[in-house]
Amino acid sequence: MKLKSRLMTGEEMSRALRRIAHEIIERNKGANGLALVGVHTRGVPLAERLAGLVEEFEGVRPVVGKLDITLYRDDLTEIALQPVVKRTEVPFDVHGKSIVLCDDVLYTGRTARAALDALVDMGRPAVIQYAVLVDRGHRELPIRADYVGKNVPTSRAEVVKVKLVPVDDEDGVELHEVDG
Amino acid sequence: MMATVDIEIPTPARERKRNLLDFADWSVAEVQALFETADVMAQVLTRTIKKVPALQGFTVGTLFFEDSTRTRLSFERAARAQSADVISFAAGGSSLSKGESLKDTLQTIDQMQADLYVVRHPAAGAPSQIARWTDAAIVNAGDGRRAHPTQALLDAYTFRQRFPGFDDFRGKRLAIVGDVMHSRVARSNVELWRKLGGEVVLCGPPTLLPPQVAPGVHRSHRLAEALEGAHAVMTLRLQHERMASSLLPSLAEYVARYQLTERALAGAHPEALVMHPGPLNRDVEIATEIADGPRSVIHAQVANGVPVRMAVLYTLLVGKR
Repeated sequence: MKLKSRLMTGEEMSRALRRIAHEIIERNKGANGLALVGVHTRGVPLAERLAGLVEEFEGVRPVVGKLDITLYRDDLTEIALQPVVKRTEVPFDVHGKSIVLCDDVLYTGRTARAALDALVDMGRPAVIQYAVLVDRGHRELPIRADYVGKNVPTSRAEVVKVKLVPVDDEDGVELHEVDG
Repeated sequence: MMATVDIEIPTPARERKRNLLDFADWSVAEVQALFETADVMAQVLTRTIKKVPALQGFTVGTLFFEDSTRTRLSFERAARAQSADVISFAAGGSSLSKGESLKDTLQTIDQMQADLYVVRHPAAGAPSQIARWTDAAIVNAGDGRRAHPTQALLDAYTFRQRFPGFDDFRGKRLAIVGDVMHSRVARSNVELWRKLGGEVVLCGPPTLLPPQVAPGVHRSHRLAEALEGAHAVMTLRLQHERMASSLLPSLAEYVARYQLTERALAGAHPEALVMHPGPLNRDVEIATEIADGPRSVIHAQVANGVPVRMAVLYTLLVGKR
């Protein structure tokens, strides 16, 4: 896999996240009853980051949850002899909450579909919205994001790689090409 | 999720097949991963909707050639909690009693196209034999005196979950008391506990202990000595048919020497856990005050059976897909 281009620097990512945080506050008329749920792996630091920004702008920190959607997937792209399932930690009642589902890349929409199933199994949120850092197209399901950091037209042979502290050692978004 | 490129890797089902017959071909890391998956499954079972679609479209067959209620129930619950379909076969009243061979029976059942069979059989090695006749994955749910790996997994999982300040199995001592000789539960526990790095002490009258034991496994005929410093104590049901075959002089003598009581536990680790694979005979191998006491994790063992078996089914089936 080789690097084709840098789609976002750490600074650009930071600006996009600040904008998304403002949009979330505007759309939900504040931060009351707001919950951010990150999808493992990189949706989790994204949700944390957005929660911090909402707190900075509104003085109220939304509750944050982590969602592992492995048990809800229909594609199981990572076929391994020993599949790894991570913990889901949603330490609040989702009932009646305004939930913003956070993920790094929106691609086929299958992860979002699985995440929606996982969330509604926990209760009945008032509303579920969807925030992504990068929308790269190629949807296979009728799913769209409410908040998008950057729209990036890609080919299927490309891989969008999001790097987020603390999962990675720096912030940034890169476009890679699969060899051959 | 990071975006990944879908690459179709056509792999025949046969090559992807994984069984749980015993722990011979399971690494420590794989067992630890099973425990971690079981943690997630346990969490699923605490939700309002105690079900996930992880195994939708898969069929799990339970083939019980020997009586069992709790193990079969536990596996069925584990399959259904992941949305798998379950088909059940019990030997009583089946064609087996009409003279059909095991192979013919299996090949007939196999036409139902289950993806995994949970097999219990009175003959040691029967699940391994069945594994050779089918493409479905096999989970051994007890074969003769040989192995009962999911029981050992749930015992170790319970220990890992309940022992205060647990870090790992190294230096942890498990004492197994009673009819070790005829117990597949004991055999599988010895195998797994040793694999994970723990020590094992077997205790019982000479007629009920195996004459030879693996390295790192100790034998003792004295209960107090066996329980000295033990972190977990497992008592086994005394099978009354052994009395008839004169392996034991008298029930009263066995109770006097080997019953797990408060006094017998005095030398064990202060936080030692008491386990029993069930069914238990109160005031025979275990005093009621101990079975119902604060150290007892007997109910936790049964409860943990479901998430542990969910993890086993998930790992074998999704790995196979």
